[in-house]
Amino acid sequence: MKSLAELQAIRDKARAQVGLRSESGASVRVQVGMATCGIAAGARPVLNAFVEEVAKRNLHDIMVTQTGCIGICQYEPVVEVIEGDKKTTYVKMTAEKAVRVVNDHLVNGNVVTEYTIGANVQ
Amino acid sequence: MRELALNVMDVAQNSISAGASLIQLTVEEDSRADRLSITLEDNGCGMTEEQVKSVVDPFYTTRTTRKVGLGVPLFKMEAEMTGGSFAIRSQKGKGTVLTAVFVPSHVDMIPLGDIGGTVHLLITCNPERDFVFRRRRDGAEFALDTRELRQVLGESVPLNAPEVSQWIQGFLEEQTALLEGGN
Repeated sequence: MKSLAELQAIRDKARAQVGLRSESGASVRVQVGMATCGIAAGARPVLNAFVEEVAKRNLHDIMVTQTGCIGICQYEPVVEVIEGDKKTTYVKMTAEKAVRVVNDHLVNGNVVTEYTIGANVQ
Repeated sequence: MRELALNVMDVAQNSISAGASLIQLTVEEDSRADRLSITLEDNGCGMTEEQVKSVVDPFYTTRTTRKVGLGVPLFKMEAEMTGGSFAIRSQKGKGTVLTAVFVPSHVDMIPLGDIGGTVHLLITCNPERDFVFRRRRDGAEFALDTRELRQVLGESVPLNAPEVSQWIQGFLEEQTALLEGGN
């Protein structure tokens, strides 16, 4: 059973690591479109995959968040990866593609070109 | 939508856009009364009487990017399709309460789905906001209040820290299994 004592342990561990973690590179924002169009197109498993994969790999400088409709509903589920002033837009995402984006792009810094909007314009 | 949990995810976005700092979700099932109700309450900017009336109209939206807003109308339709009901109460500057009541035995009932998963994602993606999730089912119940978690975690550990996110997910899965398994 999950208990609050476990949370306390998480807090204590995090406090001990605070010094180690700061300044570990620029923080990255992953935004998943979760408006009606995104959700209907299957955005939740995509968001779930990002949240789970980032947690599993213990990636502390990455923030996964949701955003509304950005107006390209036909390309949903849409995911934007924002690093400073650089933005990569991934389209027609799936949970499997999300795992690859975490591994290739977020961890190793290689944009998965074949999933980007540039490679998928019809 | 394939799950009501997805509708909740969708309409909760309205509370977030309304700038709510506290969002409370209550899911109550009563199998004897053949009733499932979903209540979403926020302390966001609220709506005028005029806006409340038009929010169920698919061709009404406050956004300027396009002319349709389907989230609330879809949710309302899904509730009414089962013979249930839908209501919104809102006060400008105070917040909004949305209640959808469903009749689970109806042929058009959409399954509740992974409501715990929805709550987990909402918390992880909005770590600066507070959420209270209550789930009741035929007398049994559990609750998760992020304000309590925050108290334990202190200020240095956010609710979206990987370990915390996993704890929340685990907690919700365990509690949901206990509740749904006790059938």
